[in-house]
Amino acid sequence: MACFTIPNVKLVGISACVPKKVISNLDHPYFSAEQMTPFVNSTGVNQRHIASEEQTTADLCYKAAEDLITKLGWEKSEIDLLILVTQTADYKLPVTSAILQDRLHLPTSCLAMDIPLGCSGYVYGVSTIASLINSGAARKGLLLVGETNSKVVSPFDKSTEPLFGDAGTASAFEYDVNAVPIPFSLGTDGSGYKAIIIPAGGARNKTDETSLEFEQVEDGIKRNQCSLVMDGMDVFSFGISRAPSAVRELMEYTNQDIEEIDYFVFHQANLFMNKKIVKKLKIPEEKVPYTLGKYGNTSSATIPLTIASELKDKLSSGRNQLLCCGFGVGLSWGTMVLNTENLIVTDITQI
Amino acid sequence: MFLQQNNHFKKSIMDINDFIKNFADQFDETPLEQFSSSTNFRDIDEWDSLTSLSIIAMVDEEYGVKLTGEDFRNSNTIEDIFNLVSSRV
Repeated sequence: MACFTIPNVKLVGISACVPKKVISNLDHPYFSAEQMTPFVNSTGVNQRHIASEEQTTADLCYKAAEDLITKLGWEKSEIDLLILVTQTADYKLPVTSAILQDRLHLPTSCLAMDIPLGCSGYVYGVSTIASLINSGAARKGLLLVGETNSKVVSPFDKSTEPLFGDAGTASAFEYDVNAVPIPFSLGTDGSGYKAIIIPAGGARNKTDETSLEFEQVEDGIKRNQCSLVMDGMDVFSFGISRAPSAVRELMEYTNQDIEEIDYFVFHQANLFMNKKIVKKLKIPEEKVPYTLGKYGNTSSATIPLTIASELKDKLSSGRNQLLCCGFGVGLSWGTMVLNTENLIVTDITQI
Repeated sequence: MFLQQNNHFKKSIMDINDFIKNFADQFDETPLEQFSSSTNFRDIDEWDSLTSLSIIAMVDEEYGVKLTGEDFRNSNTIEDIFNLVSSRV
């Protein structure tokens, strides 16, 4: 794992937007309450916000970005960096961040790129935006992180559909010589690439006439080759071992104790897995916010969404230290410590 | 070096009966008497994908060993899982 620190970059604001439409797991359109009760008890996901047919990741991120820019009072002409982390982009190409640069009326001098990482994506996104700002490539940057997972899961797959939700978030970073440096620990284990995968639609397995044929894989799991496939056991085994070791590694690197961190914001994978991770690390429960019940697993968006949803009042005044840890698809993981001071956090909007 | 010795120590005391008890503890309703080394875990009424996660967590906590989805697919009995775990401690 690579540990490094980036100075001169400050997180100044976070916003989030979710679709209006809510799907309750105990009143599920396809699965019975009897089928869903053990699932809900184990994963903690009571409901999710799901995009309409017309809504995309860009729509959710656009709204989150506009809300944040307004709240911060930023001039759009000053924003010279836009990064979108998503695995559910609007098109295969071009990058959705380019479309958002135009839609947000950001200047053409703005650098824009997509990063197609999932659960670890927020931490990777912050490391990238912070590197570019620290290098002098930009002064003010927006990190948009969002997913419309509902577009890529099979509606008939009990192992994925009821777990995932949709959300868009925006985080604002600026150059500040007085900023507390951000320490990171990032890692990858591609030997587990099949643990979470959409098999068809890329170059390896091109979309053809068979790709969309639904197949009953096992009881409660029917999907096609373009649906997201998750090996829950592999992901769980990875999460409960890798996430705690990633947190420990970063804290050794920064020479910090659990007591010094105000909040631990973990990727919201599922409650059973997250509780195991927290228990292993012996973190007091009150330092660990959850949003699985309300929003489910929104992959890359879970960390900023949880900050916006659960820590708005706590972070709006004074200084706080947040340890953020994302882990999953790739397999990929990242941990960082963000220092905030009077952080601007908007109310979560629904569109 | 110390770690290796520690693992070696663990290996020498890994006991099938303890393992069966730890395995059975992950089930809420099925009594311990229904578990033996030759029990096919898929035949237990209560067995589902969520129980398998509890087994993975138990093996991680008690033995420090990582089990995968593939391990479960290649196993039938509690003894099969026990053998996998004891070969990795």
